[in-house]
Amino acid sequence: MPSFDRRKFLWGSTAVGASAVLVGCTSNEAPGSTNTAAVAGQTGENSAPGAPVTIGFSAPAADHGWMAAMTKNARAQAEQFSEVTFKATEGTNDVNQQIAQVETLINEAVDVLVILPFDGKALTAVGKQAMDAGIPVINVDRVFDTALAYRTWIGGDNYRMGVNAGNYIGQQMKAKNIANPVIGEVAGIDSLPLTQQRSKGFADALAGHGFKVGPRVSAQFTPESGEQQTANLLQGAPKLDALWNHDDDQGIGVLAAIDSASRSEFIMVGGAGSKNMMDLIKADSGVVKATVLYSPSMASSAIALARLLGQSKGLGDLAEHEVPASITTYSAVVTKENVDQYMDVGFDS
Amino acid sequence: MAAPEQTAVRAETPAPLAPTKSASRLDLRLAGLLGVLVLLCVVGYVTRPESFLTEANISTMLRLAAAIGVVSVGMTFVIISGGIDLSVGSIVALASVWATTLATQAYGPVVMVLCALLVGLACGMVNGVLISYGKIVPFIATLAMYASARGLAERISGRRTQVVSETGFTDFFRGDFLGVPILIWMLALVFAVGWVLLNRTTFGRRTFAVGGNAEAARLAGIDVKRHTALVYGIAGLCCGIAAIMVIARTTSGASTNGLFYELDAIAAVVIGGTLLSGGRGTLIGTLIGVLIFTVLNSIFTQNNLDTDIQNIAKGVIIVAAVLLQRTTSRRNADKT
Repeated sequence: MPSFDRRKFLWGSTAVGASAVLVGCTSNEAPGSTNTAAVAGQTGENSAPGAPVTIGFSAPAADHGWMAAMTKNARAQAEQFSEVTFKATEGTNDVNQQIAQVETLINEAVDVLVILPFDGKALTAVGKQAMDAGIPVINVDRVFDTALAYRTWIGGDNYRMGVNAGNYIGQQMKAKNIANPVIGEVAGIDSLPLTQQRSKGFADALAGHGFKVGPRVSAQFTPESGEQQTANLLQGAPKLDALWNHDDDQGIGVLAAIDSASRSEFIMVGGAGSKNMMDLIKADSGVVKATVLYSPSMASSAIALARLLGQSKGLGDLAEHEVPASITTYSAVVTKENVDQYMDVGFDS
Repeated sequence: MAAPEQTAVRAETPAPLAPTKSASRLDLRLAGLLGVLVLLCVVGYVTRPESFLTEANISTMLRLAAAIGVVSVGMTFVIISGGIDLSVGSIVALASVWATTLATQAYGPVVMVLCALLVGLACGMVNGVLISYGKIVPFIATLAMYASARGLAERISGRRTQVVSETGFTDFFRGDFLGVPILIWMLALVFAVGWVLLNRTTFGRRTFAVGGNAEAARLAGIDVKRHTALVYGIAGLCCGIAAIMVIARTTSGASTNGLFYELDAIAAVVIGGTLLSGGRGTLIGTLIGVLIFTVLNSIFTQNNLDTDIQNIAKGVIIVAAVLLQRTTSRRNADKT
């Protein structure tokens, strides 16, 4: 029997020790990590503190780098203004819960609402409810069904993202005198309208240069799917001249696949604008030469707009007396030449 | 250690009659499956002669098959023992996240590997204990793990993609050994160990016995509960190994890893000829099943075809493979 007990003791202590090590392994706190967040410029007449404004904020769960940056940016921007009180609800991907959260904010009578809906269609009714209650709504990115549900919409431009990626690649190919370039595309989830718009813009822009999209795969916005799809794409295309990847989060996997295949004969352009990709563009040591923005800095701008609305101010440099009803952010192409000025809007994936 | 040997002898006594018949039936089934795989390879070669059967593409396909292949080994054990495991994809996600937190990476590559293996094993054992001692049906117990393991992975990672900066880990697992990628060695090793465990040990024979008839196995002196728990532990451990592979391939850990692995693994196991009700199955069939899907994926991508058609083809292949196996085994049964 003693040997049995000893075995039990050994197993028991191994299990306890292993659990202790495992629990110690869950931390993700980087030593001396700096939290970077994009913040709107603090200059001009409008930067002076005005009347107090309470801004309500509701967004989906921060389930990937881009969405996390949206929430972080909104909060950071609000903290820049001493007169702004920021009321954020817990991010959720459950539309019923998000509707309930917005209703709570309406009941609390916030001055302005900033809503990034999980699903624009599903949140339209509650957006209209807020507007009817006299609370101006800033609708971020995923647009409501009717303009009655928002005072101002601010969001990205998926079609132009594709256009700018296509134009950049087209120009690079012309500059290199490549007559019939093989241009690959790693898209996101194909069934989403945003992916279709990006791909259409890309194809349209390339057509303007007399080029067309060659091998194309669609991943799921995740690193794993990006890696799998790109590994196959590279096998099917022994020689590539350019590659556009729609999303920098899945880009981590895309780059891993390129690295595995030891390929370097082409240029790669990213999408969205993560800090990771910007670092690679700056280093200029691999295939990544550019990324096309779909920047979460729009959340910072949304908060800045909400403050101006709350204080009945317009945008300083425009002749208009009011904040415009619609603002589309520009999908700038970030290259080695201008990367330094965009580092502040790069987000952690 | 006297008891296991006894049951081994007992389990082997009726052997001379059964295996010869079922073995030839099995061979026919495998031959049919192999035929599908060869046919797909021919299609790939005809459509893309310059790139399909090259060394580089074969290596790419095998590396793509590695993670899901290892998960399918564990799944084969579970299904042969009469169970099902819906949580494999979530366990891969959790293990990949847990092994790539900044804290784990700070301990170095060895701890990262151990962490992934331990998390996988622990989740599998929780499944096993809930099923065998908690008497929860496998479908429900692993469904619960399916939900909570991915939830925990999201919790730990904050739903971010955790990039691996520990180069010792990535350099090793993304490297080659004797000209063959480490991932392919790992896949081969897991299959070899799994095959020996299933076909040449008492443990394997007990797995068949428990899946074939748990009550009879219990009367024959097998500790069915303990055995069931261990089988789920093996499935969990396989998920831990697969997590290491996914981390190596993507150079990152994320809670989105391993999506739909459970369905892919079950599909591979089932078209491989393993009976979903347990008691019969082969690992070689599972391997061919995994390869069929990988080759199919490669054919579609290389010919630049839409993925929606690929999913339809996948469904057709599952049905066709099962029907084919049934007719070959019936024809064979008629002859004898």
